[in-house]
Amino acid sequence: SSDSQKSSSSSSPGQQCCVAVVGSGPAGFYTAQQLLKGDHNLIVDIYEKLPVPFGLVRFGVAPDHPEVKNVIHTFTNTAKNERCNFFGNVEVGRDVSLKDLRDAYSAVILCYGASANRTLGIPGEDLPNVISARSFVGWYNGVPQDKELQVNLDCESAVVLGHGNVALDVARILLTPVSILEKTDISEHALKALHRSQVSKVHVVGRRGPLQVAFTIKELREMIKLPGTQTVIRREDVEGLDKVIDDLPRPRRRLTELLYKTAVAPSSTDTRLWEQATKEWRLVFLRSPVQILHDNNGSVSGVEFAVNKLQGKPSQFQKAVTTDLRETIKCGLVLSSIGYRSVPLDSSLPFDSKNGIIDNENSRVRNEQGLYCAGWVGKGPVGVILGTMTDAFETGKLVLHDLHSGHLKIPERMKRDQLINQIKDKAVTFTDWQRIDCAEMAAGEKLGKPREKITDIQTLLNVARRS
Amino acid sequence: FCSSVPKPQHQKVKVIFLLSDGRRQEVNAKVGDNLLDVITENDIDIDGFGACEGTLACSTCHLIFKQEDYDKIPDKPTDEELDMLDLAYGLTDTSRLGCQVIVTKDMDGLEISVPKGVADARSPQS
Ligand SMILES: Cc1cc2nc3c(=O)[nH]c(=O)nc-3n(C[C@H](O)[C@H](O)[C@H](O)COP(=O)(O)OP(=O)(O)OC[C@H]3O[C@@H](n4cnc5c(N)ncnc54)[C@H](O)[C@@H]3O)c2cc1C
Ligand code: FES
Repeated sequence: SSDSQKSSSSSSPGQQCCVAVVGSGPAGFYTAQQLLKGDHNLIVDIYEKLPVPFGLVRFGVAPDHPEVKNVIHTFTNTAKNERCNFFGNVEVGRDVSLKDLRDAYSAVILCYGASANRTLGIPGEDLPNVISARSFVGWYNGVPQDKELQVNLDCESAVVLGHGNVALDVARILLTPVSILEKTDISEHALKALHRSQVSKVHVVGRRGPLQVAFTIKELREMIKLPGTQTVIRREDVEGLDKVIDDLPRPRRRLTELLYKTAVAPSSTDTRLWEQATKEWRLVFLRSPVQILHDNNGSVSGVEFAVNKLQGKPSQFQKAVTTDLRETIKCGLVLSSIGYRSVPLDSSLPFDSKNGIIDNENSRVRNEQGLYCAGWVGKGPVGVILGTMTDAFETGKLVLHDLHSGHLKIPERMKRDQLINQIKDKAVTFTDWQRIDCAEMAAGEKLGKPREKITDIQTLLNVARRS
Repeated sequence: FCSSVPKPQHQKVKVIFLLSDGRRQEVNAKVGDNLLDVITENDIDIDGFGACEGTLACSTCHLIFKQEDYDKIPDKPTDEELDMLDLAYGLTDTSRLGCQVIVTKDMDGLEISVPKGVADARSPQS
């Protein structure tokens, strides 16, 4: 649109306005894209804690979903824009302070995601082999800090706590034939462990019922069609759903239909597939974990659950209340997938600790001029890249609007240049990253994989600097 | 003598995209291409369109058809397309994913709407 083409009206000729983006996941890159497109004079500097870009697209999205990672091509185009700079290996809050950034830039957009996880707060949570899905995902996706994670797969049965897409991701990775996984960019240490895995039964357990699951239909259908694995959904759990299905909005309706059909009348293709299955996954409803049990050696032996019932008319919004009934599911591995959480990057940052997000109103950080947030750190850790993208585009437009209406200060360009000078020796540039990228793809090729990620920070830095 | 038979030319039809900001963009679309190809090849600038590059993994290529046009599209949506569409903003009964719809010669003059992202309702305010 013509409005978005105009250059920053408040900057004097020859003086370029600079903004900083903190974090290089989808929120960071999509915000940068919008800013660069909407103001042909603007300089966008992206700061990233890790020596490598792309956030959860690299470190979260499952290795057997390579199509999802195609967004990296768009991000790479953005990074190659001459008005865009990438500074990897620079942690805001440690290597540079938020105050430094705010002093040097017209606007700072926080896009640093959700790096912590919610905890269960029940006895046994600290036992070995009770692992957050966040760490487990990091382990198979080559996150440097998770590469040494102790994962013991010498057990038959595993419990996954949670009914979201991440829960299905980790269940699927546990059950997918290694012959499929070995052709993905899954980290070699995880592949080796999965090769020896004894896990043949995965219980995916949620607090509420089938109408309240948070995973999406694509991921459910994938589980139902997983080679060598049978899906088990108990008939009694879906009873009566047929009467409410028609009144549900389409996405929920199709999801519920698939759950119902799978429990009550699976297709002949599915049953034929399941007859050959040697593994199974069970979708378990209405169970809240009370404690994690262990044997005399301190190894996990099961999870004790409180049986719940639902209150209110059947709908997506029913609440679960616990009853006095208890039930135990035996297992040797527990993966808790009950949600991610953000942390404040600076003590001065208005933070909503209850929801684990930056305190913001429509992406503007509350009472802080020139400070914005986008993506999971502002909206909460839910949803797919599409949602993050939409949010980032809107945030970018908002920043441009504030900039063009003269609401933001324009610091001396020198301040920004000085800051860059300070971090220059430490920073991994996008060209450096492309060296890492090539090295990883070459390493992958030797193993018949699209990529083998380097999981050691020092090695990443060494490869980055080799010119 | 069949060498005199002309090689099949890439037939083109006219397709009109109604963009979310009200603009109307008319392009020549190659029969046999999908609508994501058409949008890419004609440099139609739609933010974020085609993020997964046509691999049925994103739903950013969401397009909306008129009922009669929707009914005429020869390839009906697969379960996998419908699954992805279920995540799209502003989903309608005549929505399709552009990367899954192949241009046919019957589509000449077709008008297709590009929906807004839902968050567009949140217009900048000072
Ligand atoms: C396990 C998992 C699987 C997923 N799979 C899919 C999928 O298949 N399809 C899909 O559409 N969506 C998927 N998602 C959702 C998708 O990943 C998110 O929507 C998206 O990544 C959120 O983007 P973001 O930029 O807000 O956060 P992130 O992607 O987390 O990016 C944040 C970035 O900020 C950096 N950072 C953190 N702290 C600092 C700091 N102090 N200074 C500088 N940089 C910092 C981080 O290193 C990171 O690079 C998945 C999510 C998870 C957790
Ligand atoms: S381009 Fe991603 S689904 Fe069509």
